[in-house]
This record gives sequence, C-alpha cells and structure tokens, in this order.
Amino acid sequence: MDQQINDLIKNEIENNEVCLFMKGTPDAPQCGFSMAASNILKILEVKFKGVNVLENQNLREGIKVYSDWPTIPQLYVKNEFVGGCDIIKEMYESGELAKLLENKKISFKNKN
Amino acid sequence: MAMDLKEIENFIKEAMPDAIVEIQDLAGDGNHYSATVTSTQFSGKSKIEQHKMVYNSLKGRMGNELHALAIKTKES
Repeated sequence: MDQQINDLIKNEIENNEVCLFMKGTPDAPQCGFSMAASNILKILEVKFKGVNVLENQNLREGIKVYSDWPTIPQLYVKNEFVGGCDIIKEMYESGELAKLLENKKISFKNKN
Repeated sequence: MAMDLKEIENFIKEAMPDAIVEIQDLAGDGNHYSATVTSTQFSGKSKIEQHKMVYNSLKGRMGNELHALAIKTKES
C-alpha cells in the first residue's frame, strides 16, 4: 500500500471519532451491507463520517490491507477497528455496541 | 466467478475440523451466502479474531470469487 493512501486512512480515522468506510455515502449507500452498517449508526444517532471507498480504487483496496479485513464496510471508533457489517449488527442487537460507544464516550441515543 | 456452497463449507472445515457449518445461499445466485460457524476454536477470541479465522480459511477468496458472505460465529 502506498504511503499516500496509508496517510489518508490514518487521517480519516484520527480526525473522526466514528468513521465508517463504506460503499457509497450514508445518504446513498451502494451496497446492502454498507447500508445496514450506516443505518445502525443512524438509529443510534451517532455522529459519524462515512468514507466512500468507491470514489478511490486505491482506498478501496488500501483499507482492506490497513485493517487486515477483506470486506467493506469497516467501522472505526476512536482509532479502534470495531468490525464489519456482521459484527456491527450483532453488537447492536446484543447491546454491546451501545456499551462500546458509552465506554469510548461517544454521544448516542440509547433506545432501551 | 462464483463459489459453490459445498466448496465454502469444505474450506472452513479444512481449517477448523471440529466446526459445525451451516451455509445458506441468500439470493440463489451463488454469490451471496451466509455462514454460521460453531467451533471450540473460537473460545477466548474476540469477534474480530473469530471472523478473521473464517476469512482466512477461505484463503483470499473473500472479496474476490466470493462477493458476499455474512458470517456468524459461535463458540461451542
């Protein structure tokens, strides 16, 4: 992975407390998995940055190397890789995601 | 190129012989699957590590030949 992409990813993760690398944008997701992940963050009313990997082929491949994770979407919270769509969904359903946001002091709306 | 359901199961079982693997072809197109994998090998591992074990068993096919595989892991 070239340095430029590495820096770009680092920059997004460091400057956005909650950062979702996804296909499309939160308002216009281009893939069902990215939509599901972004919808969960919306339901929780978490302020997040959606980074559209479809705009940059090098980014799309680079993020997989960076996280050592083969699929997109990918969620980062305060510099920490949380997981892909399945993990986000599971953590949301079990309440673990809310707990993680709470521990990381990210503001969100807990419906329970 | 798509992947066959049985093929996916074989790869996972090769890497985790004790695993119970249930695979569903979600769209019937040989391209969108969901897999529930139950194994003792998951014990003590984080969700990320567990999912990586499944991805690794597919030896780089995830995201290539295999477009979409929803994964659910369970410790047995």
